[in-house]
Amino acid sequence: MDIIISNASDQPIYEQIARQIQSQIVRGDLEEGALLPSIRRLAKDLQVSVITTSRAYEELARDGFINMVAGKGCYVAAQNEALLQERRLKMVEDSLAKGVETARNMGMPLDELITLVEVLYREE
Amino acid sequence: MQDVLKVEGLTKQYEDFMLDGISFSLPPGYIMGFIGANGAGKTTTIKLIMNLIKKDAGTIEVMGMDNIREERSVKDKIGFVYDNAGFYEELSMEQMKNIISRYYTRWDETAYKRYLKRLGLKKNKKIGDLSKGMRMKYALAMALSHHAELLLMDEPTSGLDPVIRAELLGVLQEVIEEGDCSVFFSTHITSDLDKVADYVVMIHDGEMIFNDAKDRLLEHYRLVKGTQGHLSNLGGQRLIGTDRLPHGFSALVADGRAAAKAAGEGLVLERPTLEDMMLYHVRDAAGRLV
Repeated sequence: MDIIISNASDQPIYEQIARQIQSQIVRGDLEEGALLPSIRRLAKDLQVSVITTSRAYEELARDGFINMVAGKGCYVAAQNEALLQERRLKMVEDSLAKGVETARNMGMPLDELITLVEVLYREE
Repeated sequence: MQDVLKVEGLTKQYEDFMLDGISFSLPPGYIMGFIGANGAGKTTTIKLIMNLIKKDAGTIEVMGMDNIREERSVKDKIGFVYDNAGFYEELSMEQMKNIISRYYTRWDETAYKRYLKRLGLKKNKKIGDLSKGMRMKYALAMALSHHAELLLMDEPTSGLDPVIRAELLGVLQEVIEEGDCSVFFSTHITSDLDKVADYVVMIHDGEMIFNDAKDRLLEHYRLVKGTQGHLSNLGGQRLIGTDRLPHGFSALVADGRAAAKAAGEGLVLERPTLEDMMLYHVRDAAGRLV
């Protein structure tokens, strides 16, 4: 499991951790039932406070990505394929929304924006 | 869960200084940083916890036990690390250990050997020949080898280089990993706490300034910078340590979002470090005295 923390980022550290684990689950890099490091172990490994990693895991559990079993550990929760698909869609939607807003603020017409998306999509 | 350390209304009166009603508590398995400028009262507080000086009011409990009535049991559960830790310069680390270990009911020779190795200490070296960093590591090894439930440290990082400070912080994170030992340490080097501390207590001039989870502090507090116009819009907000500059101002606020709303467009908000928080609070306190 790769987690890279930026101290310069404006995003709080717990959120950086939660987002990175979340996207590894959504992408399928972390599979259902996989055991995650304990809250305390992760804090030590990332050199952050225990409260920070607790918060990250709490958010992940709340959103249904992991199960926290008292005394046992934290596991990647079973992901409903339809739900997973919806989450993937949501991640794309969130990123797109920012771009759309910027375009609108600059007065860029929709067809120009669509062309731009097409260009970007085909670029790779 | 029972707090490892619980301090309530702790007060100590000196002729020219007063520690005034300090309260905080530390649950098991966490790191608490205790910050404040030199002379704020950090060492006084720690001496009171260790019952090295007499308090005037308040209570101190370690694992639910009164630190004076049950002094022996309390000290058995504390690993104490402080400058000039009372070691004899002429003795080797091994000889000194043989003297000190007898005072602890739960001395663990295996743990001691493991820490010496882990920290790169040679047991037969004379204490007088140890560098400052080595001396701190030795004090740490001694403090961690009797199954302490509270590691209490007074300025353990002062005068140490960043490499050794990072090593120490790594050890502290190992200490709390199992979840039953807590760490309380005072420091004026706040960058040590930016990463690993769970809770931060700040005192200034003998008074509590704040006491909260570090993440919560850093989430809500913001440094704000803006124009005179912003400053007058912020009239209703509590500004901490306002610094008026020829072309604007800067201040610390406890609620960044509310400040941004009140000030209007263009106010610059930055995440403060603990050092910023300390500086602005100290400046604020100085301003109030004038």
